Amino acid sequence: MSILNGPPKSGGFIPRDRVWQPDALTPPYKTSVKRSPQAALLSFPTTLSEETSPVFGHSILGDLDNDLILNYAKSGESAIGPRIIVHGRVLDENGRGVPGALLEFWQANAGGRYRHKKESYQAALDPNFGGCGRTITAEDGSYEFRTIQPGPYPWPNGMNDWRPAHIHFSIFGHGFAQRLITQMYFEGDPHIKLCPIVGILKTQEAIDALTAPLDMNRTVPMDSRAFKFDIVLRGQRQTYFENRKEGL
Amino acid sequence: MVQKLDYLHESPSQTAGPYVHIGCTPNFTGIGIYGGDLGTSMKTGPVKGLEIIIRGTVFDGTGTPLRDAMVEIWQPDAAGLFPSANETRGAADPNFVGWGRSPGDMNTGEFIFDTVKPGAVPFPDGRMQAPHITAWIVARGINTGLHTRIYFEDEPEANAADPILSRIEHQNRIPTLLASKQPDGSYRFDVHLQGPNETIFFDM
Ligand SMILES: [Fe+3]
Repeated sequence: MSILNGPPKSGGFIPRDRVWQPDALTPPYKTSVKRSPQAALLSFPTTLSEETSPVFGHSILGDLDNDLILNYAKSGESAIGPRIIVHGRVLDENGRGVPGALLEFWQANAGGRYRHKKESYQAALDPNFGGCGRTITAEDGSYEFRTIQPGPYPWPNGMNDWRPAHIHFSIFGHGFAQRLITQMYFEGDPHIKLCPIVGILKTQEAIDALTAPLDMNRTVPMDSRAFKFDIVLRGQRQTYFENRKEGL
Repeated sequence: MVQKLDYLHESPSQTAGPYVHIGCTPNFTGIGIYGGDLGTSMKTGPVKGLEIIIRGTVFDGTGTPLRDAMVEIWQPDAAGLFPSANETRGAADPNFVGWGRSPGDMNTGEFIFDTVKPGAVPFPDGRMQAPHITAWIVARGINTGLHTRIYFEDEPEANAADPILSRIEHQNRIPTLLASKQPDGSYRFDVHLQGPNETIFFDM
């Protein structure tokens, strides 16, 4: 792990918008009922503990870490399913690209099956698909990876709940306050409006913020389609006026 | 009409789901895809300061341990310096990573961190905070990752003077933030998502 030097910033992180973000207790998503804190969160401005973060250098990455079609496949073989490129930028709330952000992503295979001991869906495992990858954003905050489009899958919640096709994302920015896990959905998936986990999002705008459009400009003809997914992390307050006297 | 404030909204959070370990600790799930799982070791060589072990379990509102959680911690070195690009006060211990990630035990859910006791770090107003570790918990059923802090039971004076701990209205909840020293010298920090001992979670 190496340290990527960036310009020091000050002013602390803009508070998380808890009206916009999902609530902790969302009964239609049943697991939240016993796993949601009931006391109010305790609010404090960020301190150095939240304004700093581990930084991951490109040296941790292997050549195929951002290629889920090949990174678990036997030599000469590849994962089965619709080949896609997922790309976008990691930005902060001020609209600036976030360089050096570590993205980790994981997903089911084309049939909707995860490679996991606890997975009980009968869809077949793909021997050439592991289901995870990672990358680090470039100077302008951009990233891309190649994968197969995951399938929707059933899950135990209601009697017949299905997750829309999705890719899970874990993101590290420049401060631990920005730590985020979210999911990317695919434009046009009819399961989006039926899913209790999507349903915790409070507005159509919030659902749209997690729904990646088909991006024909980035497709590779006769090879892969592309979806564009931008991710926004908390921004830092800019402090231009620091020449106040103490106590004013 | 006024001009538009063209800030962006933070991406909405979604649960890490039951398979967070596939993405974040794939080797732990048997997908030997990278050299090793990130966050497994917080030390790359001999470190300065007091080396400590922290163990704990995350419990749901029924008292059942979570076996599909992932816990991350982030902290300064023994001198109070962060191994971070944003650390401007000096260079941290080069052998200390400061960040750890634990998938919890496959059967019991117990997480474990092999780290050092953190040094004190100033609050924005310059007062010193008590030694603490930032902890972040995600799991199926948790819609937005939960931030809490691990303080140390055996730092009563520093805790009493801590700018955050001293401002907490419900002082009877402070023990939920204290790692307790065990007979074997390790610390224990259990997390209760709900119930009479619900851990204090922060909106930082
Ligand atoms: Fe999933």
